[in-house]
Amino acid sequence: MKYLDEFRDGPKAQKLAEQIRRMVTRRWHIMEVCGGQTHSIIRYGIDQILPPEIELIHGPGCPVCVTPLETIDKALAIASRPEVIFCSFGDMLRVPGSQGDLFTIKSRGGDVRVVYSPLDAVRIAQREPDRQVVFFAIGFETTAPANAMAVKLAHRLGLKNFSLLVSHVLVPPAIEAILNSPHNRVQAFLAAGHVCSVMGYWQYPPVAKKYRVPIVVTGFEPLDLLEGIRRAVAQLESGRAEVENAYPRVVSYEGNQAAQAVIHEVFTTTDRVWRGIGRIPRSGWRLRECWAQFDAECRFGLQQLQVEESPVCMSGQVLQGLIKPPECPAFGKQCTPRTPLGATMVSAEGACAAYYNYGRHRQVPVSQ
Amino acid sequence: MNQNRDSVQMQGPVCPVPLRQYPEVVLGHGSGGQLSQELIEHLFVPAFDSPQLRQLGDAAVLSVNAGPVAMATDAFVVQPLFFPGGDIGCLAVHGTINDLAMMGAMPVALTAAFILEEGFSMETLAQVVRSMAQAARKAHVPIVAGDTKVVQRGHGDGCYITTTGLGVVPSGVAPAPQKAVPGDVILINGTIGNHGMAVMSVRQGLEFESPILSDTAPLHLLVQRILEVCPQVHVLRDPTRGGLAATLNEIAQAAQVGILLDEQNIPIQPAVQSACEMLGLDPLAVANEGKLIAVVPPQDAPKVLQVMREHPLGRQAAQIGQVVADHPGMVVARTPIGATRVITTQIGEALPRIC
Repeated sequence: MKYLDEFRDGPKAQKLAEQIRRMVTRRWHIMEVCGGQTHSIIRYGIDQILPPEIELIHGPGCPVCVTPLETIDKALAIASRPEVIFCSFGDMLRVPGSQGDLFTIKSRGGDVRVVYSPLDAVRIAQREPDRQVVFFAIGFETTAPANAMAVKLAHRLGLKNFSLLVSHVLVPPAIEAILNSPHNRVQAFLAAGHVCSVMGYWQYPPVAKKYRVPIVVTGFEPLDLLEGIRRAVAQLESGRAEVENAYPRVVSYEGNQAAQAVIHEVFTTTDRVWRGIGRIPRSGWRLRECWAQFDAECRFGLQQLQVEESPVCMSGQVLQGLIKPPECPAFGKQCTPRTPLGATMVSAEGACAAYYNYGRHRQVPVSQ
Repeated sequence: MNQNRDSVQMQGPVCPVPLRQYPEVVLGHGSGGQLSQELIEHLFVPAFDSPQLRQLGDAAVLSVNAGPVAMATDAFVVQPLFFPGGDIGCLAVHGTINDLAMMGAMPVALTAAFILEEGFSMETLAQVVRSMAQAARKAHVPIVAGDTKVVQRGHGDGCYITTTGLGVVPSGVAPAPQKAVPGDVILINGTIGNHGMAVMSVRQGLEFESPILSDTAPLHLLVQRILEVCPQVHVLRDPTRGGLAATLNEIAQAAQVGILLDEQNIPIQPAVQSACEMLGLDPLAVANEGKLIAVVPPQDAPKVLQVMREHPLGRQAAQIGQVVADHPGMVVARTPIGATRVITTQIGEALPRIC
């Protein structure tokens, strides 16, 4: 398949791995920020072909995983209302809240629908004017432009029955939070290519400079990831701390300015709680006051909810890269994708699910 | 082809209340009374047109040669009812034929039960029935008995079909998942994921340059060819729901053997691959309706592969892996970059990813 197969080429991947092997002189910890990158690394076994000195730490870049429990509980409360059609991306449906998940609500008669775009939810609102249509607007900077467009479209259509439950999170403040943590082990970052396709990478040079940390904008295919890792290792080995773009076929320095404009027209920065990590200042987006009529939290008058996380789940430490999923005592035992205790086990991009689904909890001897 | 067989007789000489007075299914069509009779006489009997069905008895009487017989039943609830490459009608015929074929059986007859929702379009029902009849005729497997029930509006999803099939198993033929042994070769008769992605693309309103067609097809004649050259085939399975991943895991667990796949050798149409990439699905976990996995001793693999490739339903047949003694109960794939990953069975419905 064009644009994919050429980035999955086995011999080229081995060649890049060999270059990294020749370059590396000591142990390095590199964090891939995005859950999509984690998925790819485990899916293709990229960590298996890297030299043992390179440890990849899986970052908090899975929007499903970091959406706070309180927001999930709000989604469950809204979706339970008889007048509501609750629209969501598919992988949010199995994320456990305090009392079940969206599948549970659906089985009890809640109208929960999987959509592929918030614009589909707007169309449902148009078709069903007597129902309240709520879209679960979660995600990083990548999904924000479409959500902003949906709000503007609903406004233009004069829809009074469309709203968003917003829980947007932002990558750069999360990177800074990790770097500020006293437990931080990350020495270089692979920045999330899709986020940068929207936002560019103009936000990163001050971070690289302030914390003396290499940041390489990286894609998602095996060769993209290996090239990102190669550049990060090259910087680490030569003592540089710069921002590099290893995904230029998609990402530019400025990013998609039209998308950024529509985001800033609709959203404003806010503090956000990250599930398993805690509150990070100015790390999220919420609807601006002038768009409050499209805010599901206002529309349904949801109060602060009291929530309690599973006491055994260590997803917070997984999300911060402090432990690998199998180091959690619940991993693969009480906690499996069928019985997830934390969101990292639910989403395909969650580090725990990636480890579980690709069998990293089992020792697999394979004769070559 | 006889026109009367393929179209609905909305009005007939014996029918005082023609079907055309009911453009939609009403509760009476499942009552066992006159309306039920009309449905049978004007729709099902002419379409399926088997001697046994024409008897209109409580059961069909069949003559089969003595020996082991196989029975299978399967329920069909697919939405939408019509999708590129097929519909619920032909799917219901192929699904049960294939379940029989995977036991090495030659299907003899099918029965069909319909659960219809009050208000379901009679013309749509006729289309479904026509498609079933055509599929059964093409497969040379008659539909010999049936039943229809109607549920109240809102209590069904238009049309559900259950088919049951009877087949005769040739002596000495007994493929079973437990029979896979290390050294065996794993073959598939073509590309994976077509059915699941065809249905999904309609559900999600996705359009591709070349439409993805369901692979729904009856596999019994292909199986007969395989049995001719390899009567001792160890395992035959059709990777339907749960896809190749679920089927191979079942085999690995049943036989307590390992399975080692070469991911690059698994045939996938580019359009299916793209659709899976877009939706964040693993093609290995996507449903097929016209595919079979044959696990055969290594010495038989070349001739089985050859007869598969000579058959219209096996043109793209490929050897995709082997049975190994390592990692019993597990399916492991070599990835394109030379690493390995474990292939697990999906938990529930496949959930598309966010980004």
